[in-house]
Amino acid sequence: MLSFIARRLGTMALTMLCLTLIVFFLINLGPNLKKLAISQTEMHTSAEQLENWLVEHGYRQNFFVRYGQWLGVLPKQPITDPATGKPAQRFSFCNDPVVPTFSGVLEGDFGCSTKFKTTVASKLFPALGATGLLMFWVLAVMVPISLLIGILAGMREGSRTDRTLSVASIASTATPEYVSGVIFTVIFASWLGWLNGSAASASQGLTFYNFTLPVMTLAIYGIGYIARMTRASMVEVMTQQYIRTARLKGLSFGSVVVKHALRNALIAPFTVIMLQFPWLLTGVVIVEVMFRYQGFGYTLVEAAGNNDIDLLLGCSLVSVFIVLITQLISDVGYAFLNPRIRVQ
Amino acid sequence: MQTEYINAFDIVVGVLWRFWPVWIGLILVMGVSFAYKKRLGLYGQLFDSGVGIAGVFICLFWLFTAIFASTISPFDPLAQVSIMKDALPGAVEPTSKLIYYFGGDKLARDVFSRMVYGSQIVLIIAPAATGFALMVGITLGLPAGYYGGRIDTLLSFLANLVLAFPVILLFYLLVTPGIMDTPIPYAMAGLFFLFPIIFFSVLFWTRFKNRPDRLYILLGITLVLGGWIYVGLVFDRDPLHIVHIDPNQLNIFVAVVFASSPGVFRIVRGLTMDIKTRDYVAAAQTRGESPWYIMLWEILPNARGPLIVDACLRIGYTTILLGTLGYFGLGLAPESPDWGTAIKDASRLLRSFIHPALPPTIALMSFVLGLNLLADSLREQSMKD
Repeated sequence: MLSFIARRLGTMALTMLCLTLIVFFLINLGPNLKKLAISQTEMHTSAEQLENWLVEHGYRQNFFVRYGQWLGVLPKQPITDPATGKPAQRFSFCNDPVVPTFSGVLEGDFGCSTKFKTTVASKLFPALGATGLLMFWVLAVMVPISLLIGILAGMREGSRTDRTLSVASIASTATPEYVSGVIFTVIFASWLGWLNGSAASASQGLTFYNFTLPVMTLAIYGIGYIARMTRASMVEVMTQQYIRTARLKGLSFGSVVVKHALRNALIAPFTVIMLQFPWLLTGVVIVEVMFRYQGFGYTLVEAAGNNDIDLLLGCSLVSVFIVLITQLISDVGYAFLNPRIRVQ
Repeated sequence: MQTEYINAFDIVVGVLWRFWPVWIGLILVMGVSFAYKKRLGLYGQLFDSGVGIAGVFICLFWLFTAIFASTISPFDPLAQVSIMKDALPGAVEPTSKLIYYFGGDKLARDVFSRMVYGSQIVLIIAPAATGFALMVGITLGLPAGYYGGRIDTLLSFLANLVLAFPVILLFYLLVTPGIMDTPIPYAMAGLFFLFPIIFFSVLFWTRFKNRPDRLYILLGITLVLGGWIYVGLVFDRDPLHIVHIDPNQLNIFVAVVFASSPGVFRIVRGLTMDIKTRDYVAAAQTRGESPWYIMLWEILPNARGPLIVDACLRIGYTTILLGTLGYFGLGLAPESPDWGTAIKDASRLLRSFIHPALPPTIALMSFVLGLNLLADSLREQSMKD
């Protein structure tokens, strides 16, 4: 088991290395760097000055050198001030060092956000906290509801409850966040006026009024999927021999479902819920933009829109880490929950 | 000047009336399908359940809407009639006396016509991108599952690499205006569009190796047709000027194929690993058939059930992805009538006007719902066998 986890962690590290290299390559393409230079200098700068800015700030160094610097295996060089010829800070708002230092991701320095004029860490981690809060409420709503729907539907396959709930869950999987968000806003904010169509005030304090819509919107897309998986798993369990034995022993249907079927039927949904995280991540981006909630997704869009290299790299590192770690947890957890599975 | 309005009942009747080519098409196709459903195999069995009928109905509805878009929509989707800015549903356009059934948007365009034309974009790109993703996934998934070993490790690693990207980040990196100045989208298109040609060439080669009369005809057709479309799509140098795709459309097309082919790969790989242990595969191996013959003519036909179901779900998922792209304003032109872009434009103004937001959202939702119902019913039917 330990060697399995160790090997998986090794693959994870390799995957993250490859992915960050790809992201690094894509955001350092010529047109993207030019966009960055334009946004960082004053209006109406000539092409020559833009190029100068890029050279001065070290964006024209060798690609692999810069990747190594970001990673922290090569020392970060200070820039040379053209006026004095002395070494100077690369970005003063990040308090960059004036002597060559090893300070990359491996040393815990995520770099400098050019858009927000601050260090990536001071922007990214509060945003992650805000998104974590959103995720917590989404899971707290999504998991119980979807498990309940799945169990009720799968308990008696083919019954009217099953048909109705199945169609309802199919409908919910056909409703992406930007569709349900609009529909919910129209119904609950514009028409009924019960809830706030914007979660911008949620960073000051969460209330039912400003936070329900984002949570609902994000939960609804996942509910259908998890419910369907739970239903399939429940249907399978209900055809097992031991369920029939329990029924023939004279136990009531309700107690068979609760005591015998439920525990075995919930193993598969656990994996599905863990694997939902990558999808939730995309949903988070949509929902945060739609409801103007200052979290991780909002930061990612801002970073991507402004070609903020270090911030975008930080965002991709975090999201890829979340995806991979949830995969690992789902595999390991599955082996724990289901003793018939042996990890090799 | 005071704008005239028609009442809600007239709006409903008018909208239903505008869709007349769709109703005729639906009646014809559904009628024929019902009459001959015993002979239509899997498709005919769909008509045995309410869910299946609903799925076929919705999908065909949008298919016919896309085909007859120019007849159905009263206005040009890009035309702006300034007096109709933010007009409420049912407003009468003063010069032509035609009606803005679902009102006008903030640029005074007819919401109804835009919704109808939006179906064209979705129904061309989503199935085509899914088709290419299937080709890529099948061509790579079969050998990975069949041979296993190093080739499987490598391909699975690459697939997991792409799957570990959150889709939205991938799109932000791959679908930007800047990237069209670089050769990356064209290189990727060149790579992806090669797969169908390889797939069909190998398909015919393995089957008709010893029958040159059939082989040369089929290979010739594949290479000429495939090469023609390839040159048109990747290099935009179609000598006949028929096959053409805009650079930004090529870009989103490639990004969507790139994002969804690893999923197909995983499914095909899993199915292949399962099917290759069957007796008929062992029989083919004993006969001395080549590995690619076994993969394409023994394994693939037996994996078609789950693949068809997956393809249906995947078209729906691709539609959602296209909507996401539109919602973030990536790739598609800002005035494009596709549903995602329309939702983006309308959702910014929800506080003042809600009517431009509802038609595209309901259209997108119903189309994906139709595909999901279709997939669900297909799955039920194929489980019965």
